[in-house]
Amino acid sequence: MEALIALIIATLTGSGVYLALRARTFPVVLGLTLLSYAVNLFLFVMGRLTVGEPPVIDAAAAGYADPLPQALVLTAIVIGFAMTAFVIVLALKARSELGSDHVDGREEA
Amino acid sequence: MSHLPFAPVLLPLLAGILLLLLRHLDMRLRRLVSIAAVLGQIGLALWLTRAVAGGDILVYALGDWVAPFGIVLVADRLAAWMLLIVSLLALFALLQATRGIDAEGRHFHVLFQLQLFGLNGAFLTGDLFNLFVFFEVLLLASYGLILHGGGRLRTRAGLHYVVINLAGSTLFLFAVGTLYGMLGTLNMADLAVKVAAAPAENVGLVRAAGWLLFGVFALKAALLPLYLWLPAAYAHTSAPVAALFAIMTKVGAYAILRVYTLIFGAQAGPAADLITDALLPLALATLLVGMLGVVGATHLRQQVAYLVVASIGTLLTAFGLGSGAGIAAGLYYLPHTTFAAAALFLLADCIARQRGELADRLDPGPVMARHRRLGALFFLVAIAASGLPPLSGFVGKFLLLRAALEHALWGWVLAVVLVAGLLGVIALARSGSLLFYRAGTAPVREGAAASAPAPTWIALAPLSGLFLLGVGLTVFAGPLADHAQAIATQLLQPHEYVHAVLGAEARP
Repeated sequence: MEALIALIIATLTGSGVYLALRARTFPVVLGLTLLSYAVNLFLFVMGRLTVGEPPVIDAAAAGYADPLPQALVLTAIVIGFAMTAFVIVLALKARSELGSDHVDGREEA
Repeated sequence: MSHLPFAPVLLPLLAGILLLLLRHLDMRLRRLVSIAAVLGQIGLALWLTRAVAGGDILVYALGDWVAPFGIVLVADRLAAWMLLIVSLLALFALLQATRGIDAEGRHFHVLFQLQLFGLNGAFLTGDLFNLFVFFEVLLLASYGLILHGGGRLRTRAGLHYVVINLAGSTLFLFAVGTLYGMLGTLNMADLAVKVAAAPAENVGLVRAAGWLLFGVFALKAALLPLYLWLPAAYAHTSAPVAALFAIMTKVGAYAILRVYTLIFGAQAGPAADLITDALLPLALATLLVGMLGVVGATHLRQQVAYLVVASIGTLLTAFGLGSGAGIAAGLYYLPHTTFAAAALFLLADCIARQRGELADRLDPGPVMARHRRLGALFFLVAIAASGLPPLSGFVGKFLLLRAALEHALWGWVLAVVLVAGLLGVIALARSGSLLFYRAGTAPVREGAAASAPAPTWIALAPLSGLFLLGVGLTVFAGPLADHAQAIATQLLQPHEYVHAVLGAEARP
């Protein structure tokens, strides 16, 4: 399972970086979104991969899932969501004001 | 437990919420509330400075959750010093904004207070993830402020600024995640203990996380090669916002100073002095490249933006020396360079308004109204900014060079700082003569006439105030340098911080 999750994070990060380096705002926004997915998954996994373990104290439990990364991920998701919304609106504003969706406002690059 | 360390975070947040509720009321009332909140923050910062001056470290456990399980706010001398600088700078930036710029778009005062909320929180927090959250708060507010007023160039520069900072935030989370995964804590004091005791198989990853964090802070601080976002963003935003943003790069410098003295400092065992060898060369390169930008700038505000880059180079050179004297020199230089850059941004805006279409382009233009007044102010602020005697920039650079003499690379530091200083003097002198001495020599083109009323003393008051703060730094250089030394001494004793947060039994 570790290898699979690591591969998923790597794919998301790689695609995110590639898209973020594109010259049009839409791929850049998508790239940033993929990057934030990757980092959310990464944060989550940092609590170690466990299946069916309780996160809070339980007398019968054999082990525990770390609840803290889940709280961190929740915060990161909320912030990432707000940022994505903001950058989409900003990209639209740039498209209308610069007359082009190129990140430098150029017509052809 | 005193609630004092929490107050500088709470006050701007409440003021921001109040201003949002008051958004339909008269602009004058909102300005009053905003200015009152900033004055309150100056008072709180002074109070906090007094409370920690004796060397006490105040710890505030939010919700009374004990560290390292809960989030703590920690007020030591460094945090109080930064809070004081921010609140003083904010007062003058706000006074300038109330001259009309705050009415050019919506919610200026709300965003301004939330910006201060993020800044104050970032300086006070003792938790790495909380630092991330406060970074996001201050960035989100800054996205709003940087776009305030609108305009083509502003939107383009704003887009770059937002995208690069979003990428930076992602990197920050990767670093925080790695540190948590290896060490199981995010409390900075606890991290300091755990990094020093990290098992050998985890050291590599911990060091990698430390370097990732350095990348993030270097991006915020605009350290070479991550400074490219800064000149356009600062040159195209409105003047009061650019003035306030003079402190934004210093947040990165603060984070570097805090994290790499506390967590990855000399006591950190296998990860000790992680970035020490890299910081000084990078800072010197930033200083030189920034100054080349100053020389090559075609517009006055662009020139000031490059001065901000160069000042970060100087500042991190001082921190990069690693000695108490070096850090103290940097801490004395920090308020000076912040106030000087902010004053120059405000002055550049006043000058641009007098030159019609030419604006702040560095070309001879028409003779400005009140050119003597503007010229005299430009002369004085430029002397301060370029570090010529007798003003505070000179004192700061002198302290820096004196501290550098003890470093192995002292020759490099002296050469780069002095050459960069010379370049700065030449560039600012050239701008001054183009704008003032050679004014009226070129034929005045259509539409190049002044578009704004002549600047009264009231219009120039905020930037004069910032300049007088610099004079104050010079007059009280002795006691302030002693205070900076006390801050540096406390920073280089990270076990005091650890003991204050975790209790006396924790081993540093």
